[in-house]
Amino acid sequence: MHEMSLAGGILKIVEDAAARDGFARVSRLVLEAGALAGVEVSALRFALEALSPGTLLEAAIIEIEQPAGRAWCMLCSQNVSIGSRTDPCPCCGGWQLTPTGGTELRVRELIVHDVGLKE
Amino acid sequence: MCVVCGCADPAAPRAALPHTHAHGNEHKHADPAGQSHEPGQAHAHLDFGANAARVSVPGLSPERAIKLEADVLGANDRVARANRVHFETHGVAAYNLVSSPGSGKTSLLVATIEALRRRDPALPLAVIEGDQQTSHDADRIRATGAPAVQVNTGKGCHLDAPMVAAAFDQLPLHGQGHSQAAAPALLFIENVGNLVCPALWDLGERAKVAILSVTEGEDKPLKYPDMFAAARLMVLTKTDLLPYVDFDMARCIAYAQRVNPGIEVLLLSAKTGQGLEAWLDWLLADALSRPDDETAALKARIAELEARLAQHEGAA
Repeated sequence: MHEMSLAGGILKIVEDAAARDGFARVSRLVLEAGALAGVEVSALRFALEALSPGTLLEAAIIEIEQPAGRAWCMLCSQNVSIGSRTDPCPCCGGWQLTPTGGTELRVRELIVHDVGLKE
Repeated sequence: MCVVCGCADPAAPRAALPHTHAHGNEHKHADPAGQSHEPGQAHAHLDFGANAARVSVPGLSPERAIKLEADVLGANDRVARANRVHFETHGVAAYNLVSSPGSGKTSLLVATIEALRRRDPALPLAVIEGDQQTSHDADRIRATGAPAVQVNTGKGCHLDAPMVAAAFDQLPLHGQGHSQAAAPALLFIENVGNLVCPALWDLGERAKVAILSVTEGEDKPLKYPDMFAAARLMVLTKTDLLPYVDFDMARCIAYAQRVNPGIEVLLLSAKTGQGLEAWLDWLLADALSRPDDETAALKARIAELEARLAQHEGAA
């Protein structure tokens, strides 16, 4: 359940941003978790929801974008789409693949408010 | 109220910003001179703020957007990079041993340490042991005479870079000084037994080594692809048990190469010692190899900053 650690890391990034930019709450949190990032999106959402009460993320809408997996096929010499690390190349059926995209795990954007929920 | 210029609000500044109105929503604007203009009259319409985020009109809206594009693991990765430079400057080659619980990581380490001692009694080495609870594993390592630090992660399912940084500070390898010894020191980091979570956390190691015992089934690389994709070497252990288990070695290796075409593979038995020498050869050859480009780049950066600091101090 490393998603809980990741959720803690996300909250830390948000708190650091609040220390820099001075906002009181987040109404929308936009994340990016690629298909090859090694993250279970539903578990990450659960962890964030469990963590958020009493924090800047309380009542925030969590949006998780999931870029598709991309890989370079050494046999076809081209970029192909894959759904997971165990997928073969959709063109040649081989496994000589090096992931080139979909490994992102990032906090992309926040919609923030200067006034908190209880003010 | 028009959210951009606040034109329905008598107290708000009027028509302060150019903006558009959707058809049907047109309304009159009284300009500051008190003259009004009708919709359809020529006035410039440049809309900066009609989108949901209203990015370009800070202060006019109670909400605003902040672009971060921050890596979730960025904080860990920064410490990991510092660890990597730290290890290299101390002449330490670190290896992150990952596997499921019970694959025999600690037994392999005990056998490895004893074999390394036979080969080169002067070789400095140490172990960082990660487990949720107890110091049993560190005790087993210390029984060989090698220094070990136990890290208990509590509820945590993996080691992270700050834990390794703190543990390294406790080890005598740290006292080696900043010498580039010809023979490197070896640091083994035994991660928490878990084939999922440790894949994501960089600790500053030279390589992740995935340990898979032949009693576990040959399809583990497909079941836990992230870990085998992250590892540079797969060590198949407990090979002395091969006659008693249904384990298809060729298939296991093929599965690992599916998720990681570049993965190297070694077979060994810590119990009989078969394959142990090849494992030591791999370790020592890798430890002596040139550090990766990132480390070289960071070292160059340190040298550059030190030169600038010296210049600055000279000028002051």
